Amino acid sequence: MADKMHIKLTVNGTEEEFLAEPRELLIYTLRERLNITGPHIGCETSHCGACTVTIDGKSVKSCTMFAVQASGKDITTIEGLGTPDALHPLQEAFKEHHGLQCGYCTPGMITRAAKLLEENPNPTEEDVRFGIAGNLCRCTGYQNIVKSILAAAATMNADASSSSDAIGQTKVEAAE
Amino acid sequence: MIPAAFDYHRPTDMAGVLSLLSEHGDDARVMAGGHSLIPLMKLRMADVPHLIDLQDVEGLSGIDVGETIRIGAMVTQADIIDHTGLTASAPILREAALQIADPQVRYMGTVGGNVANGDPGNDMPGLMQCLDAQFTLVGPDGERTVPARDFYEAAYMTERGDEEVLTSVSFAAPKGGYAYEKQKRKIGDYATAASAVQMTKDGGTCTSASIAMTNLSDTPIFSENAGAALAGSTVDETAIKAAVAAALADIDPTEDNRGPVAFKMHVAGVILTRAITRAWSRA
Ligand SMILES: Cc1cc2nc3c(=O)[nH]c(=O)nc-3n(C[C@H](O)[C@H](O)[C@H](O)COP(=O)(O)OP(=O)(O)OC[C@H]3O[C@@H](n4cnc5c(N)ncnc54)[C@H](O)[C@@H]3O)c2cc1C
Ligand code: FES
Ligand code: FES
Repeated sequence: MADKMHIKLTVNGTEEEFLAEPRELLIYTLRERLNITGPHIGCETSHCGACTVTIDGKSVKSCTMFAVQASGKDITTIEGLGTPDALHPLQEAFKEHHGLQCGYCTPGMITRAAKLLEENPNPTEEDVRFGIAGNLCRCTGYQNIVKSILAAAATMNADASSSSDAIGQTKVEAAE
Repeated sequence: MIPAAFDYHRPTDMAGVLSLLSEHGDDARVMAGGHSLIPLMKLRMADVPHLIDLQDVEGLSGIDVGETIRIGAMVTQADIIDHTGLTASAPILREAALQIADPQVRYMGTVGGNVANGDPGNDMPGLMQCLDAQFTLVGPDGERTVPARDFYEAAYMTERGDEEVLTSVSFAAPKGGYAYEKQKRKIGDYATAASAVQMTKDGGTCTSASIAMTNLSDTPIFSENAGAALAGSTVDETAIKAAVAAALADIDPTEDNRGPVAFKMHVAGVILTRAITRAWSRA
């Protein structure tokens, strides 16, 4: 039996330290050890994307990484993206545009979409479909998921341009 | 799905990797992105008592673009897609990488893992044969290079020794037109048939053609005869047909859940025709 190892992760801004066997998959660490149950187990075979989290800026299927591999890294799950009172624009858009039915795929889908929009803030419909190809949904037929992501992109861009207007405004005021 | 227990090592230099490999022999295996190895460990089809994670090993990343292009073993498929210099110089890499798996897998899957794995379904080995790439291996006896075209022996059997690590792939910057064409059952799937083609031309005549195929035998297949059928021709219908026939004569697909042999031969013909036509239109 392999010795347990000391593992240190930052999950949604909180440092977590524990001892675990090297064979412990990250999805189990999150769900069962840390009680972070947003990331789901769908297929457990690296195909469905329900377990998607962001690790040091990459979308990763956490059923296909050992916790010890992630030691020292920064992890964001759906729990780190918004709160019930202040939803992330993607969460708001999924709610508004019926981007979910049973909701099983949703945490992975939104976590992936957040990364996609960070890399490509102005995606076309095709970019969105290609960018979420690693996330399967058995309910929606994807139509409303794509719609939600495009709507969130529009909101986020509008927010960004109004806040950069605001910055511009302050600069003008400062110059005066 | 929980793999059998193992010891985990994360050395920071190649000397550390090599000493672990020589200490544990057959019981040790290196891991790059883990996206081929971990699924096998979960299914208990791979038993790895000592897992050596390469993520912190120095000197395995980086892409150098010049007359010779060198790609470090730990460069991921996502890194390839994002690298504008590489895309300008060897656009076939990005075209192929975009057809591998899905975004999540491409953040993790590495060039070294893809070419060293030896799975006939992997897309990079055929691509590397088309580009006539050299693989650099480091082992207890030092460094050596092996041509991609001589590297693959059978499914999961390669020229790499158990105590060797693949550190980089390199190839001359390709010239002319290119295409990586892949038929798959769904996005994210391995190829039913795929083909990598590079072609050069002078006036209306093809001066050279390099053609390799993925998942149509138990190894990637470089078809010298297919290339020869195009060189010197105007790449008209007759020449394309001759090249496709030559390529099909070099493969030996097996029946599996992607279809029977006759279907695979048919799909291979379609894919080859498309790849040649597209590469020629870009030459
Ligand atoms: C859902 C899914 C779909 C996929 N679809 C495709 C596809 O369409 N096309 C495709 O090509 N691939 C596909 N893959 C495989 C993916 O691209 C793999 O990640 C890749 O083949 C292996 O790279 P890796 O870095 O993950 O290697 P690992 O899994 O870490 O290693 C694979 C093997 O190579 C060995 N190895 C790794 N690095 C080295 C090295 N530097 N030197 C010596 N040996 C080494 C390991 O010991 C192991 O035996 C898919 C994977 C998944 C999970
Ligand atoms: S549970 Fe990880 S990809 Fe399906
Ligand atoms: S909403 Fe049910 S799987 Fe996507």
